[in-house]
Amino acid sequence: MLSQFLQLTLAGVAQGCVYALVALGFVLIYKATETVNFAQGDLMMLGAFFALTASVILGWPYWATILFAIVVMALVGMLIERIVIRPVLGYPTFTVVMITIGVGYVLRGVVTMVPGWGTETHSLKTPFGDQVIRFGGAVLAVEQIATIGFTAALCLALYLFFRFARLGVAMQATSQNQLAAYYMGIPVQRVNMLIWGLAAAVAAFGGILLAPSAFVHSNMGFIGLKAFPAAVVGGFGSVPGAIVGGLIIGIVEALAGFYLPEGFKDIAAYVVVLVVLLFMPSGIFGETARKKV
Amino acid sequence: MRFIFKTDYNQDIRLFQHGGQVFWYGLLGVLLLAAPFLVSGYVLSQLHFICIYAIVGLGLMLLVGYTGQISLGHAAFLATGAYTEALLQAAGMPFFISLISAALFSAAVGIIVGLPALRLKGIYLAIATFAFNVIVEEIITRWESVTGGNSGKLLKAIEIFGYRLGSQESFYYLCLCLTVLSVLALINLLRSPTGRAFVAIRDSEVSASCMGINLARYKTMSFALSAGLTGIGGALYAHKVGFISPEQFTLIQSIELVTIVIIGGVGSLHGAVLGAAFIIMMPQGISIAKGWLPDTIPQAGLQSVVFGLILIGFIVFEPYGLYGRWLKIRTYFDVFPFYRRGTFRRQRNYLRSERLR
Repeated sequence: MLSQFLQLTLAGVAQGCVYALVALGFVLIYKATETVNFAQGDLMMLGAFFALTASVILGWPYWATILFAIVVMALVGMLIERIVIRPVLGYPTFTVVMITIGVGYVLRGVVTMVPGWGTETHSLKTPFGDQVIRFGGAVLAVEQIATIGFTAALCLALYLFFRFARLGVAMQATSQNQLAAYYMGIPVQRVNMLIWGLAAAVAAFGGILLAPSAFVHSNMGFIGLKAFPAAVVGGFGSVPGAIVGGLIIGIVEALAGFYLPEGFKDIAAYVVVLVVLLFMPSGIFGETARKKV
Repeated sequence: MRFIFKTDYNQDIRLFQHGGQVFWYGLLGVLLLAAPFLVSGYVLSQLHFICIYAIVGLGLMLLVGYTGQISLGHAAFLATGAYTEALLQAAGMPFFISLISAALFSAAVGIIVGLPALRLKGIYLAIATFAFNVIVEEIITRWESVTGGNSGKLLKAIEIFGYRLGSQESFYYLCLCLTVLSVLALINLLRSPTGRAFVAIRDSEVSASCMGINLARYKTMSFALSAGLTGIGGALYAHKVGFISPEQFTLIQSIELVTIVIIGGVGSLHGAVLGAAFIIMMPQGISIAKGWLPDTIPQAGLQSVVFGLILIGFIVFEPYGLYGRWLKIRTYFDVFPFYRRGTFRRQRNYLRSERLR
């Protein structure tokens, strides 16, 4: 009984890590540009496809695949910012949200049109294979533990980056007040572009981690829609919130799938987000902003 | 250039501002009435869809364009309308009662969704409505004893006072009539104090509440009215398609509905109708254009790319949508040759506090 619970929790945490990574992408972009990027899931999908191309078609090793996907996706993210987001900087939030939805449509469509990519579903192999660790009666997949490990490492790296790197501090400043940051000599537009690149790279990483457990196909980006509840539960605009929110959603989903009747697994994330929003309108770690008149 | 000298307060809220409008809208009305005799059956069928989507678009326009609340869950109201209609028709209710019930039930659901909206703003509201949409879709899928689950529900043709609306033409007139009624209802609503309150909330919640507008009441009302109109659209949609199942009411559908508002032009009733026409005609346009492209490109992918590009293009280049474009063209000729490019320029806000409403 306990071992089963442990096993479910671990699976939930591993899945939650993927949500957390996508949610992290949302939060990074939201903090810096106050744009909610609905295409984040599709960026994740595109990243998984690039990884797939590198590993299956080019036959590269796993680490090179990861690196390749991350670099390419960072470029894609910066390109998107430059072409479609920058012209609408400063417009109402909803306008920009619709633009990112449009970007999502385009990405999904393009992936479907690339021969050899879109029409089939593929699976990405990892060096961990199907190995398991037995721990006091619970069977833990190495893949899941690796996912958790990778996510933790990435979070640490991001924390250090935002805390100590010059660019990271500049990004924080931009996210707090664009105008003030601009007066302090920070090239706000370039920083925004880099943040989009960073978010896309994080999304690609999430895609690679998700790829072994779910297949790689053009609609896998819809999993990103579950990362929304994650980001909202944690409070949009809070980096630790995104991680915590992702883990909460992942665990709740895994447990709901087992202990509750069929169908609850798919909506668990949304029920959680509605409940949280009902009591905490800006999430767990969210900051409440008030307009001063 | 036409100058309207207003000498009377009633002149300000008149349905038609001047004779030109009477003429052009009259001409449009005559053309729409004559449409079944002028166009082929296929085009008429598309006109059904345009009318239905226009009703839904009007509902969404009231919420998004006039009250400034975001909803990514309108497919859920469409679904409640459609399923209410299907169930009541199966129970033998007359059409008008089932239609009104569909509207009322959707409005009631709208109030439930509107309640959290009182505390939520911007993106949080979008996520809440979107979560609601997913939950409704799941309920419809799982509640098989009532909704038929994934196997869906079939609908018969509408019967009004014993007269069966089986033909394309009669259904067209029903849709047209309801669309015109919705437009008139919204025009009336928007020139009433209630409508003015909606617009005030959109422009600034703080100043609206300072002016004595009860935010909670008006926001809930806006949600209810919007959901009710969408429910009517849903009931007609169910009859038009003849078969409803949960996968017609997904988040994708919700996004498409919002696109009607964006492409048509946020904050104009014309926009809702124009946007609906655009959304319905776009797939046809794409399939025609596909004839010139190589066969290897799949239809689904192409449609998705074009849809996305149109959405992006409109927001970047024509933020006021189709109606805004028309307005600019008209202004250009109205004031010729004194049109300035900055006439319709939008304000950008870079400070976070300015963007809080």
